[in-house]
Amino acid sequence: MRKMLLPVLLLLAVILLAALPVIGSRALVQDLFMVLCLLVLALNWNMLAGFAGLVSVGQQAFVGIGAYGMFACVILWGMDPLAGLLIGGLVAMALSVPVAFFTFRLNGAYFAIGTWAVADIARLGISQWKALGGGTGTALPKAAVQEMPGIEAIRALIGGSKAAAVDALTYWLALALVMAMLVASWAFLRSRMGLGLQAVRDNPVAARSVGVDPVRLKALVFLLTAFGTGICGGLLFIQIGRISPDAAFSLLDWTAFVIFIVVIGGIGTLPGPVVGVLVFYGLQRLLADYGTVYLIVLGLIGIAIMLFARRGLWGGFIERTGWDLLPLSHAAPRPITPTDP
Amino acid sequence: MAILSLRDVSKRFGALTVAEAVSFDLAPGEALGIIGPNGAGKSTLFNLITGNLRPDKGSVSLDGRDITAETPMQRCASGIGRSFQIPQPFGHLSVYENLLVAARFGGGISAAEAPDYCMDLLRRTGLAALADRQAGGLPLLNRKRLELARAMATRPRVILLDEIAGGLTDAECGELVATIRDIHAEGTAILWIEHVLHALTAVVTRLMVLNFGRVLMIGVPDQVMAAPEVREIYLGIEA
Repeated sequence: MRKMLLPVLLLLAVILLAALPVIGSRALVQDLFMVLCLLVLALNWNMLAGFAGLVSVGQQAFVGIGAYGMFACVILWGMDPLAGLLIGGLVAMALSVPVAFFTFRLNGAYFAIGTWAVADIARLGISQWKALGGGTGTALPKAAVQEMPGIEAIRALIGGSKAAAVDALTYWLALALVMAMLVASWAFLRSRMGLGLQAVRDNPVAARSVGVDPVRLKALVFLLTAFGTGICGGLLFIQIGRISPDAAFSLLDWTAFVIFIVVIGGIGTLPGPVVGVLVFYGLQRLLADYGTVYLIVLGLIGIAIMLFARRGLWGGFIERTGWDLLPLSHAAPRPITPTDP
Repeated sequence: MAILSLRDVSKRFGALTVAEAVSFDLAPGEALGIIGPNGAGKSTLFNLITGNLRPDKGSVSLDGRDITAETPMQRCASGIGRSFQIPQPFGHLSVYENLLVAARFGGGISAAEAPDYCMDLLRRTGLAALADRQAGGLPLLNRKRLELARAMATRPRVILLDEIAGGLTDAECGELVATIRDIHAEGTAILWIEHVLHALTAVVTRLMVLNFGRVLMIGVPDQVMAAPEVREIYLGIEA
């Protein structure tokens, strides 16, 4: 019974989330859009740091590159923003190759600092791009956004303004990205490569001795998460509508909050970021009126979790109950013996 | 032709010479034991063979092909398997998954065949009942068995065993030796570093003595153990 209950509950939650633009207020849709995007970023960062051991604090580079890639497609080449999303993601992935080439020479804390430096270089580089507003940034043409495919159909469905339809579309895309990321992460971690990655995490020397190439696997994860992060960056800025180097390459918004979400939820577990983002959203709602106190409380909670519950909320839950929602393990085949009942 | 050959392999760490002009051949299906005092360069020699270390001079060949420039991953895929002196399990993975990684990567075994192949190895090494247990929590004997089983899962033609009998009771050691004899009987060549001499001589047909990174002597176990210089250096008995 219990085994059936949970998938049913999850399915209901997804249906409810999908129906939200039809039944909920626009403010809630906008709020949850941001939460879903943070979850996409958190799922990506969890793959990087939690499974591949690549603790990057420069993922905002790929958010910014993805977003600017999308803006360039729309403003400079008159493309559809949704096509721009995909191209932005691909550009982020392409640029992750040289980034990996340089930063993979560094380990641990040095790697973290290296990625941070790269993100700042990207921010400074982009602010020289005069066609996209240089250091002050630019806005996405309203017409381009409101002519995205499906907008009219969504208007007919939810019966609001064009702007509300844009919010609904971006919200659904964010929800789809979350689902895609969850399924893709799970499939990847259960595959041969995922098994190799977990072996590398446990013992890189032994992994090499049984034929697993740590650098190749880590590079693959770095590339794929750059793609996921880049697409999410593009999506974020379709909805926000305005871009500047400081906003697109924000360490606080796109990496610090994301690290907080993953750490409190449970690094190295798949449901961890989902739990983390729920806590984060709850705290945000609770403390939204207190300004900087909010950040101080977030920081204190993060420190407390790191000190007293190192595997985060979900990790602690697995330790206590021994039950995991999305187990990554491969069970040994059961021996077939005639004495089996 | 020898399956594994070392020619004049040398390695220095600063002023310390850990391997000096080491040369020897391992015939296909042969079992060669390596002995020598602590710090003689035995484990270093394994690292030079598996590619965890690159020699300063000399060459390592497998089936007559020079593999000196290859990575540990390539050498594993070509047929060199190893166990570690201090067991190095993938601690958060299950015993079965430890083998599955090795079979799928180093062994190149398909997803369809790997489960049966791994379970067969677990049965042979006495680990079948622990297949789903987390490897990090195993006691010493089972860790040693896992080292052996995981190295075998890469389908090696040469297997390097590093003090696999160390720290075990006589009964445990006897069990492990029986498994190793089985593996040898199936045609896998063995290179085995060991301090537990009776375990070693129950399997190997030749012994190599290392001292200060040099090969002191290679020969039949009885001859080697009777040689005065070996008794002096290795057993501490004045000639």
